[in-house]
Amino acid sequence: MAPVSVGSTTAPRRAVSAAAAYGVLAVVAVLFLVPFGWLFLASLNAEAGLTTEPPAEFTLRNFAEVLNPDNLRAFGNSFVLSGGAALLTLLVATPAAYPLSRYNLRFGRPVLYALLFSTGLPITAIMVPVYGMFVQLELVDSVPATTLFLTATGLPFAIWMMKNFMDGVPVSLEEAAWVDGASAWKALVRVVLPLMLPGVTVVFVFTFMTTWGNFFVPFVLLLAPEKQPAAVTIYQFFGQQGEVAYGLLAAYSILYTAPVVALYALVQRTLGGAFAMQGAVKG
Amino acid sequence: MAASASAASPRPAARPARGRRGSALGWAIPMAPAAGLLALFFVGPILWCFWAAFTNLALTGASASDPEMVGLANFREMFADGDFYSAAMLTVAFVAGSAIIGQNCLGLILAMLMRSRKAVVRTVVGGIVVSAWVVPEIVAGFMWYAFLADEGTLNSALTAVGLPANEWLYELPLLSVIIANVWRGTAFSMLVYSAALSEVPDDLHEAAAVDGASAVQRLRHITLPLIKRAAMTNLMTITLQTLSVFTLIFVMTGGGPGIKSQTLPLYMYQEAFKFSQLGYGTAVAIVMLTIGAVFSAIYLRLLRNEV
Repeated sequence: MAPVSVGSTTAPRRAVSAAAAYGVLAVVAVLFLVPFGWLFLASLNAEAGLTTEPPAEFTLRNFAEVLNPDNLRAFGNSFVLSGGAALLTLLVATPAAYPLSRYNLRFGRPVLYALLFSTGLPITAIMVPVYGMFVQLELVDSVPATTLFLTATGLPFAIWMMKNFMDGVPVSLEEAAWVDGASAWKALVRVVLPLMLPGVTVVFVFTFMTTWGNFFVPFVLLLAPEKQPAAVTIYQFFGQQGEVAYGLLAAYSILYTAPVVALYALVQRTLGGAFAMQGAVKG
Repeated sequence: MAASASAASPRPAARPARGRRGSALGWAIPMAPAAGLLALFFVGPILWCFWAAFTNLALTGASASDPEMVGLANFREMFADGDFYSAAMLTVAFVAGSAIIGQNCLGLILAMLMRSRKAVVRTVVGGIVVSAWVVPEIVAGFMWYAFLADEGTLNSALTAVGLPANEWLYELPLLSVIIANVWRGTAFSMLVYSAALSEVPDDLHEAAAVDGASAVQRLRHITLPLIKRAAMTNLMTITLQTLSVFTLIFVMTGGGPGIKSQTLPLYMYQEAFKFSQLGYGTAVAIVMLTIGAVFSAIYLRLLRNEV
């Protein structure tokens, strides 16, 4: 008897609350979309200002103009920095994660705590000492040194993720490989890594995306215009005194954003689950 | 960089047996490259801080090549500087407003509203919110600058419906950057809470509803206790991320007008690079590192059982 009466009173109420929920979600979605409007419309407008308005004439001229050799070089620099940091992260984090995942190390836990602790430290704060250090070591304007620094700052989290993904690969498969005479290294490369390919991809893409989007680090460490990545070049569009070419700024922003959106969509689609974030932490 | 994630999911059921003890070489060699990189480019600069903060190191001039030890002078100067206190208070307001209240609450509300809605709604709304998070920080800064600038979208929309325009970035700089940062960061909290809520069993809610518990009571006595851990980790993570936000504010207001939106990262940047006082800037860096370290240690305690 009770369920029936409850059902009959809550059903309409449920419909109302569902409608309210959809309403709120719709409003939030629109509010979140609004700032994007300017970006897209201005990029197609040769006379764009700061207002969101449809251009008198839709044109791709901004994109054509932005794709000049200087800016293409900046994109190339971004790929070198981000790709370099992501690749280096894999090369360094994978072997480092292996003992943490597989061996019963006396210092295993302290190391994991230290890594986790490091992920919380504000990298912004160490940019002043890093700059000072780079000046004294004459490393300012060095792309390799900047790549190494970007790798190092992402490494604690990368090792942490990698270790958790590795924990998800059963050790028995590896043992079978040993029985067949494979060394620990061979087993890692041939058996463990292929099985945790989604995890490896997440670490790579995550590092690539954070490096690609990083403005402050290259802004401080790379001063020569021909070495600066897109993140810094784009700021000069904006920071220059005088008239800002907003159409160009918007077009450049879209081109600069496209790779990370594509990577995110790819990882999201193939691996699912919000960048596999939960997996990243919990293995 | 603390883009870590939630502690919502339970421990994986099957953990690999970790019985082996590696020989010293077995662990030392594979870990050496990572340890070297971290020592050089992570620990190194932090230790360097503790030397530079006690010097008058500058960007140029005599004290650039030959800095002198000045003891606690930088710290004395800092604690006597009104701008420093202003930056510290603005940082607290920025973190509280945009992370703890804004992103956290909006993320939780979105996650709750999206729960048990149609998949297509979840995909669309979730996708829109996440896209704000995927956009690089500097582009987010441009977009919000365009939205809030004097001749920006918001003002033209307001005048179109007959409302007065405002110099948002000039009159309400802190609120402007807070809203932009809520926009940018809410996705993370939403994802964390969505994952946490997906593990709250539906029948608990239904049973409580049958017993006559109101929606508010169910939220308070069922949902919130079950997602408490996720909430704590989320709060720590977004606090740490928001503490070090530089680019968004730098683009939107540059810390101005005056110092009205100058949080600690921007204050440090200005002192070290604009005013060339590297030693002084490093002293500010130590304060930021200390705050980060305290929050990070709390974060670590929260996650302790999960490692």
